[in-house]
Amino acid sequence: MVNKMLKWFGSGSLTLWCALMVSPAGAYASEVGEMVIPTLGDPNWWKWPLILLVVTFFMGIVAVLGGVGGGVLFVPIISGFFPFHLDFVRGTGLLVALCGALAAGPGLLKANLASLRLAMPVAVIASTMAIVGAMVGLALPTHIIQLSLGITILGIVIIMFTAKKSAIPDVQKPDNLSSALRITGIYHEPSMNKDINWQVHRTPMGLATFVIIGFMAGMFGLGAGWANVPVLNIMMGAPLKISVATSKFLLSITDTSAAWIYVNKGCVIPMMVVPSLIGIMLGSFIGVRILKVAKPTFIRWMVIAILLFAGLKAVHKGLTTMGIL
Amino acid sequence: MSDTTVTKEATQEQILYANILEKGMLVGLLLMFITFGLYVFGIMKPVIPVDMISNYWSQPVHDYLVAINTQFLHMEHLPTGWSWVGLISNADFLNFVPIAILSGVTIICYSAIVPGLFARGDKAMAIIAIAEVLILTLAASGILTAGH
Repeated sequence: MVNKMLKWFGSGSLTLWCALMVSPAGAYASEVGEMVIPTLGDPNWWKWPLILLVVTFFMGIVAVLGGVGGGVLFVPIISGFFPFHLDFVRGTGLLVALCGALAAGPGLLKANLASLRLAMPVAVIASTMAIVGAMVGLALPTHIIQLSLGITILGIVIIMFTAKKSAIPDVQKPDNLSSALRITGIYHEPSMNKDINWQVHRTPMGLATFVIIGFMAGMFGLGAGWANVPVLNIMMGAPLKISVATSKFLLSITDTSAAWIYVNKGCVIPMMVVPSLIGIMLGSFIGVRILKVAKPTFIRWMVIAILLFAGLKAVHKGLTTMGIL
Repeated sequence: MSDTTVTKEATQEQILYANILEKGMLVGLLLMFITFGLYVFGIMKPVIPVDMISNYWSQPVHDYLVAINTQFLHMEHLPTGWSWVGLISNADFLNFVPIAILSGVTIICYSAIVPGLFARGDKAMAIIAIAEVLILTLAASGILTAGH
């Protein structure tokens, strides 16, 4: 039964991917230069929301299996291969990442895996910078954003490829700032059957890094789990489980601030947002079930390959629009 | 004197935050399904007919707003910021209500934990929480504008 599901999922993903590759939509998406005021309705209007629903459903599965947030897959793929302008894709991407974080946040907080004390100082920095990033992102020309997005996605591929993880980092002594803010906690590690006391160090450096992470999250409409986890885990020394859970919760705050900028600017089209949210949520629901039997290494490689391709496509599109290619 | 005990259990503030976040998320998602159903199944009439929306989504946001304002809304200013509130009798703009709830619930969560943090003498975290409320409220207010 599970093998059948995996086979079905694999062939479904491949078919959709091929269909999107040959679609002419990607050729003109985000490249409309002149303002047109059309007057005729499109009888096939339902096609794109439906395809969006199906693609985001598979995206939700891949995101769970690959251990990434929906936003980081959503923005490069949808902006690369769908006819939607990047302004709307970024607004929707933030709402996709936000809803994923809102759905997971309460459970993670109640289980004391996500730490409010760790998240709060980080969130102030990240959400402020996400606002700045969103404003800059909306002020810059689309081709610059498209090109920068491609370069950022390629950077994320390198981070995913090289980033180390440490289940329980050795933090000898907390720094003064984390001591003053009492950023510490205890969680139960079932694999060791032990309560783990954790604390963090290099807090000022970690907070400084969130200036960049928040800015990029707002500018490109990406969730920032890909960057949050290495910083919380490797740089600041929080245990991996605490880092992953706090990062997921953190997105609910960072993405909220940037999402408001996009909503207020008008970058929200319900016909794009709602099918995307439903697709991602249903996909994540199925993904959690497949996760029990799937080979995470293979899926992670698949996510890296998809992001690499989407990143190259965004760079190509940015350079083409600029007339360089 | 502040309460500095660290336990395996989540703190009172963390539980309170989680409970409000959970309720807000559920209300937002439920409303999103309802309002989208009203919109997509034609139960309520939208400003922009559903068969015309695909004409606009490949345009930059400013051009999209100018186009829908010229063709359907005829408002004095472009429909940015909170102007959607005045249009919620239309199915498409009604969908902004759940989006605003999902985007706004974090502000309520933070506001709710401030008194508890002060009561427990956790002044630093209380000030951080107030700062976050102000930042998110500023973002939500629509005062901050940007655009091509």
